[in-house]
Amino acid sequence: MRNPTATRLLFEMSEAGRGTVVFPEADVPEVSGLPEIGAEYRAESLLPLPELAEPDVVRHFVNLSTLNMSVDSHFYPLGSCTMKYNPKRHERLARLPQAVASHPYQHESQIQGLLSVLYELQGMLAEISGLPGVSLHPAAGAQGELTALLTAAAWFRHRGEQRTRVLFPASAHGTNPASAALAGFECVQLAGGSNGFVDLAELRAQLDERTAVFMVTNPNTLGLFEKDIATIAGMLHDAGGLVYIDGANMNAILGRTRPGDFGGDMMHYNVHKTFTGPHGAGGPGAGPIAVRDFLAPFLPSPVVAFDPQKNWYSLQEPQHSIGRMRSFFGNVGILLRGYCYIRTLGGRGLREASDCAVLNANYLLSQVRDFLDVPHGQRCMHEFVASAKRLKEQSGVTAMDIAKRLLDYGFHAPTVYFPLVVDEALMMEPTETESLATLDAFAAALRQICQEPAELLKGAPHSTAVCRPDEVNAARKPVLCWSAQC
Amino acid sequence: MAYLFDTPEQRQHMLSAIGAGSVDELFQQIPQQLQLGRELALPDAVSELQLEQDLQRRLGVVGGGGLCFLGGGVYDHFIPAVVDELTSRGEFYTAYTPYQAEASQGTLQAFYEYQTLISQLSGMEVSNASLYEGGTAVSEAVFMAMRVNGRHGRVVVAGSLHPEYRQVLRTYFSRLGTEIVEVPATDGVVSVAACRAALTAETTALVFQQPNFFGCLEDVGGLTAAAHAAGALAILAFDPISPGLLKRPGDYGVDIAVAEGQPLGTPLQYGGPLLGIFTCRGEYVRKMPGRLIGRTVDRNGRECFVLNLQAREQHIRRDKATSNICTNQGLLALRATVFLSVTGPRGLRQMAELSHRKARYAVERLTSLPGVSLKFGQPFFREFVLETPLRATELLEALAARGFNAGPALSRFGGSLGADLERCFLVALTEKRTRAEIDGLVQAVAEVLAG
Repeated sequence: MRNPTATRLLFEMSEAGRGTVVFPEADVPEVSGLPEIGAEYRAESLLPLPELAEPDVVRHFVNLSTLNMSVDSHFYPLGSCTMKYNPKRHERLARLPQAVASHPYQHESQIQGLLSVLYELQGMLAEISGLPGVSLHPAAGAQGELTALLTAAAWFRHRGEQRTRVLFPASAHGTNPASAALAGFECVQLAGGSNGFVDLAELRAQLDERTAVFMVTNPNTLGLFEKDIATIAGMLHDAGGLVYIDGANMNAILGRTRPGDFGGDMMHYNVHKTFTGPHGAGGPGAGPIAVRDFLAPFLPSPVVAFDPQKNWYSLQEPQHSIGRMRSFFGNVGILLRGYCYIRTLGGRGLREASDCAVLNANYLLSQVRDFLDVPHGQRCMHEFVASAKRLKEQSGVTAMDIAKRLLDYGFHAPTVYFPLVVDEALMMEPTETESLATLDAFAAALRQICQEPAELLKGAPHSTAVCRPDEVNAARKPVLCWSAQC
Repeated sequence: MAYLFDTPEQRQHMLSAIGAGSVDELFQQIPQQLQLGRELALPDAVSELQLEQDLQRRLGVVGGGGLCFLGGGVYDHFIPAVVDELTSRGEFYTAYTPYQAEASQGTLQAFYEYQTLISQLSGMEVSNASLYEGGTAVSEAVFMAMRVNGRHGRVVVAGSLHPEYRQVLRTYFSRLGTEIVEVPATDGVVSVAACRAALTAETTALVFQQPNFFGCLEDVGGLTAAAHAAGALAILAFDPISPGLLKRPGDYGVDIAVAEGQPLGTPLQYGGPLLGIFTCRGEYVRKMPGRLIGRTVDRNGRECFVLNLQAREQHIRRDKATSNICTNQGLLALRATVFLSVTGPRGLRQMAELSHRKARYAVERLTSLPGVSLKFGQPFFREFVLETPLRATELLEALAARGFNAGPALSRFGGSLGADLERCFLVALTEKRTRAEIDGLVQAVAEVLAG
């Protein structure tokens, strides 16, 4: 039960003179005769941070946490985000003190074990993708996209080619065009076919000597496997371009098919989606990339190498490396969770996970289809996109209204208004870690909601601490920081 | 698998509802010739117990069995137990991006508090809700400077900025035709005059670090004024513990201040995940990268929090977004929020003062050894460059074998820090190191040098 006094802002709970963490008295003498920090550098007063007692801090955050929905507490069918249950065993393993306390500049001889694990993970990700060159360096999926595009650009440059354009379908994640623009490419968006797939004629018309990369999510953001992906890859390769697979939806195809086998030249993984990792209210992730052999010499630095003669693991810079994309090695804490997940499932277990994800999504689709339109097909992979367009036309109820009302039934909302190619989109991804009972309860709630009066939905959610924050005014006059005056 | 729990009968029921004969049939969407047709060649599944035993065996002992005197951007600071206790609550730990405000008020309020705490710590008007880490935060700052002043031709960077941050900047800008000019450090700091000379009318920003990579203090006021005189933005990478002792970035009037936030409650984890802190002047808020949480009211007038100014972000603005970042470092931002809540201004001051005092003690004792000297004659905070008669890589390896981990050796970064640094390395002190441990390090250095 929430205690509202404890969820006042930290700053409103502060009382000067408090302080909970006490450090030991200095055990070394003051030293003179060294360069002194002059008064011009020194802080003139105590920082204006709040002063709180530890019990108040604990109550504050414990009570705040009760205002959240989470995978540990609720069904969270947030399409595209793959909000599956993260097994606790991987959490403890990745928090082993030997890994947590390793400094990135520790001597190589002291981290041979950790490097051996990371080396093994590189090999696993190569096998799962069918792409042999792996970099564990990128911090998250979007950085993986940018890294791969810069890697491709370096390869083109090495071949003396000046290719300037990156193509992507309208259903692409926003990160695709954002990464392409950041990498200095011209962005070309394809409308796509009305059937939800890439339109081959439209693509062909855009391919020329300027084409560098076609970025495509497969299965795509409508939850469909791009049936012509091999043809698409052939077209790109004939035009001298490369195919980038956004791996956000890898959870659908583990052990069934591989990006390298269906024509992809590069891809990123989202470790927290496809394997495991704390979603952490927005991160951290890890975005390793896998590429074809000819691109591997251009990967960022460092990669882990193994010298079997010396039985020695070390960090290496690939021959034509694009350089660093971030400081230090990578998001090792998340990579370790992914490693543990793969080890405890094995090849067969990964495939079973994908099987269950696809089975669950298709089952939910079969239940939802009775009362909501699903414009793109009778079958899906790991997710599908329903549309509230008809409901909106009939009663004015929008996808957002349905999403908000679901919260009252104890379910997190699906992703709404994405992908952009579906009106009033409700993108549902149940994942493999939900039971039949949960899916049935969710479908029943959704069915009920679609029959409820519009005014009830317009007023939803009714059971949460707040209802429909004023986002327009928030953006007009942004208040991003507490101050004593306001 | 313990977490896939439908019975065969239930799966059959689901297949019937779908109208499919088998799970394989569902995968017929994938053309037959593209299907793998074999099991992935991965190690056989192991149990939790077996994996724990395997990892315990392979990972060896904590810290390689050595005490941490390592620096260079991440540090072995104390983390109060309450940080792990609170941030591992599933309601925070397994939630995702707070798109649905009503189902995410806990996260949203915590990040609003994070933004405020970081503003108070940095003296800057606004903070975002996190970027990946310090190095990418520098590159994002330069992109933002270009949006602010419309200059794209040139960036001037202090040679005393973390060499890996400079490498990231070069990679990020490798295709954009921006000239990246590095002003070399002399005696551990950059000269204001040299920076002034490098700044032109096309320069978007001057980027520098306080304390810098060598641990030395730069003339932040002078460098900021030089940038402003040329119409460029001053971008400062600061250390988030240092405001316990030193002036804050905002006190100098810098335009953008970024930091590696790891010392605020995040463990080392071999360098990731970390916390990218990003702050700036309030007037630039609409040009910022990353998520921002704003305070507002709901339809019943109740105070609440939302993702704000999302029109800057990739999921709305796509190729015109201010950054491509989506997943950020929420959990690490939450750790910093709890950390700053329990340390408060007095705890942070103690950490900064203890680290500084111990660093000075270590310098005095180490430089009392024959042939050992402080490389640069500048004031320093908690980290310093030591020079000895031995190659630094050899000395550090011998120290590690004796249970003392120091470094990095400056030669690790090639020539990017200047010439003649083969015998130089960094040593960092935090409140965690005791006098006995420091004396032990001094003794070990003495032994190694004595051969």
